[in-house]
Amino acid sequence: MQTSSANSASLDSLLEEADSWQVNTGGETIHAKRMRGRWRTLKWITSTIYLSFFLGPYLRWGDRQAVVFDIPNRQFHLFDITILPQDLWMLSLVLLFLAILLLALTVIVGRAWCGFLCFQTVWTDVYTWIEERFEGPPPQRRKLDKAPLSPRKIRIKAAKHGLWLVIAVLTGISFAAWFTDAYGLWAGFLTLQLPAAAWVTILLFTAGTYILAGFMREQVCMWLCPYARIQGAMVDVTTIIPTYDFHRGEPRSRKKRGAADGGAGDCVDCNQCVAVCPTGVDIRQGQQEGCIMCALCIDACDAVMDKLGRPRGLIRYESLDGLQGKARPPLFRQPRVLVTGLILLAALGGIFYGLNTIDAIELKVLHARQPLYVLQSDGSIQNRYTLKILNKLADDVKVRISATGPEGLAITSGTTLAVRHGTVTPVTLFVRVPRRNLSVESQPIVFHIETLGREPAFSSDRESIFIGPKQ
Amino acid sequence: MADKNPFPGENNTGHIWDDNIRELKNDPPRWWMIGFWASIIWTLAYAVLYPTVPVGDEPNKGILGWTAIKEYKEGLAEVEAVRARYETQIQGMTAKQILADPGLTAYTVASAKVLFGDNCGACHGSGGQGGPGFPVIVDDDWLYGGTIEKIEESITKGRKGMMPAHAKRLSPQELDTLANYVVNLSQGKDDPAGAALFKAKVCFACHGANAKGVQAMGSANLTDSIWRFEPGGVESARRTIAHGVNDAGDAETRQAVMPSFADRLSANDIKKLAVYVYKFGGGVQ
Repeated sequence: MQTSSANSASLDSLLEEADSWQVNTGGETIHAKRMRGRWRTLKWITSTIYLSFFLGPYLRWGDRQAVVFDIPNRQFHLFDITILPQDLWMLSLVLLFLAILLLALTVIVGRAWCGFLCFQTVWTDVYTWIEERFEGPPPQRRKLDKAPLSPRKIRIKAAKHGLWLVIAVLTGISFAAWFTDAYGLWAGFLTLQLPAAAWVTILLFTAGTYILAGFMREQVCMWLCPYARIQGAMVDVTTIIPTYDFHRGEPRSRKKRGAADGGAGDCVDCNQCVAVCPTGVDIRQGQQEGCIMCALCIDACDAVMDKLGRPRGLIRYESLDGLQGKARPPLFRQPRVLVTGLILLAALGGIFYGLNTIDAIELKVLHARQPLYVLQSDGSIQNRYTLKILNKLADDVKVRISATGPEGLAITSGTTLAVRHGTVTPVTLFVRVPRRNLSVESQPIVFHIETLGREPAFSSDRESIFIGPKQ
Repeated sequence: MADKNPFPGENNTGHIWDDNIRELKNDPPRWWMIGFWASIIWTLAYAVLYPTVPVGDEPNKGILGWTAIKEYKEGLAEVEAVRARYETQIQGMTAKQILADPGLTAYTVASAKVLFGDNCGACHGSGGQGGPGFPVIVDDDWLYGGTIEKIEESITKGRKGMMPAHAKRLSPQELDTLANYVVNLSQGKDDPAGAALFKAKVCFACHGANAKGVQAMGSANLTDSIWRFEPGGVESARRTIAHGVNDAGDAETRQAVMPSFADRLSANDIKKLAVYVYKFGGGVQ
């Protein structure tokens, strides 16, 4: 336990440095102060999600990589599921799900993505943490930036940039590893024998990581990222976001309560909320585009309030309605939560349905257009079809083709064939029907394929048309 | 515009609107200037390396010697390189051997599509569906035979059948009787009077005793559902009998000539086309 005199001494030192913390105007590098706290801890925990980004590619599933997005072969492997281009409609549902999830999250708790989960935030956080280890707290960093070039400065800066680059290269390799064999990638990387596409990918992501997390940092959030621009349309008066309680805080006074007049608020204008802000905004000016809602200002303010012996929560997660003393409607009574929730459920349902009904073999039928039908010498009518058989199984398989349609139809070309796995096998098929059985110009015909010689057997149907002469 | 500059010491042009909107003389950002000069250097380098503004009367070819046609030919060479593997295989094979290999058949059909469009489609239709006066080649009825060898022979040597005009040798009633007879034949109906006349006028000499045609001379099979000259029926048949096919002595005769492609296409291309036509579905084993 700290004594009250120690508290007030440390508060004095905070007030002394208060004016050195300035709001970000874009002119200089933001060196944010690091402080412990609940939200700080939460941010570290949420950041660990990116460990899966680094470690995921090394997971094995049977004799291959568990997750690999094989672009050259147009196959996505997710554990025991293989997704071919024909199933990519599910990807659009996944994207829809993620986009709406982002919207739903923002509707309820603001830019939690930006503050706790965004790779820009997380990588910048790690980079500035490294910076602090090498260069010290913000005042020393500012001093070092201004200092003339010296062996000490070069040593410190080189070490920092070196470590940054190592992380950047690891990021680049980890990204590339999701698209190819991870171990082979490392082998190729270490022996300098990677294909050009891999080098370019690694280089781009290395450069991107190094520049975006090392130099641009909050400028990405403030001037590059479109999400900051559209969040205004997502957040409303019921959204709980880090908010400065101005009813309680204003008017600000740097005097301690005992010495202040009765009208002063709880804010002592120590600028600690600005000091810790990674984007350098002043939360007390209200909601603004620069705020990524990382809640670090809440930690900073709570620490000061603790020192002052005042209740925490001068800056807290609160909605604008809440600030006015209005009760927030429960989540299920908010139309936007309901609508986004429904869309999320629908997208999830679609993905679930898709994954459960991925056909092992799939049949597509194209009816020849030129000519639509051919009169044969025995008076029957022949139609030509191109059947495209997609085999998603792991092995080549034999299939038998059959058709049902106009009476007396006969398939005059071969009806069993081998189809290669992981690709589409096209086959031309001729079907004949006696002319007397064609009462109308166009009739439905259903093609059916089934696998032979394997258990369980798979089958697929596809309807097409049989065309005869005009009646 | 203000007469007196209310922002002294500020690096502005003196152009001020609405009291406080003013034009500053700040330098462009460094990155912008780098981009600006880099693009000028790029342009100069480009002008030296690639064809640009002519110098005097001479076109400026640029020191890299790049031309669009060269790039096109390189692209073409890449395609040829991919095809070479199949083409060299096909060179030494007969059309029948190609048909025995599904992979090579698929390649041949795919690569002969353009050949067919360029050389055959004008008469036989892009899908082989024929046209007015030109035979359908997707059905199973062949005047000269539908085996792969016969198809190849038809393309190589061309075909020109001959049926003499009968307008001067037969009476109008006889023409009507024969025209009705061949229509009845194609529908499988009995016609004793027509059959007798068919025999009496020696039609069987070319069309065969059973009227099924003789492929060696390209005479039509009169018993099947397919008409060499559409739309078929009594009127059409009567005209063919009366005026013949390729009969130089009759002005209204049917014109039916398949030109020889021996001089226009290589033997290899003809082989590929034969396979292509065979795979339309009418090919005979």
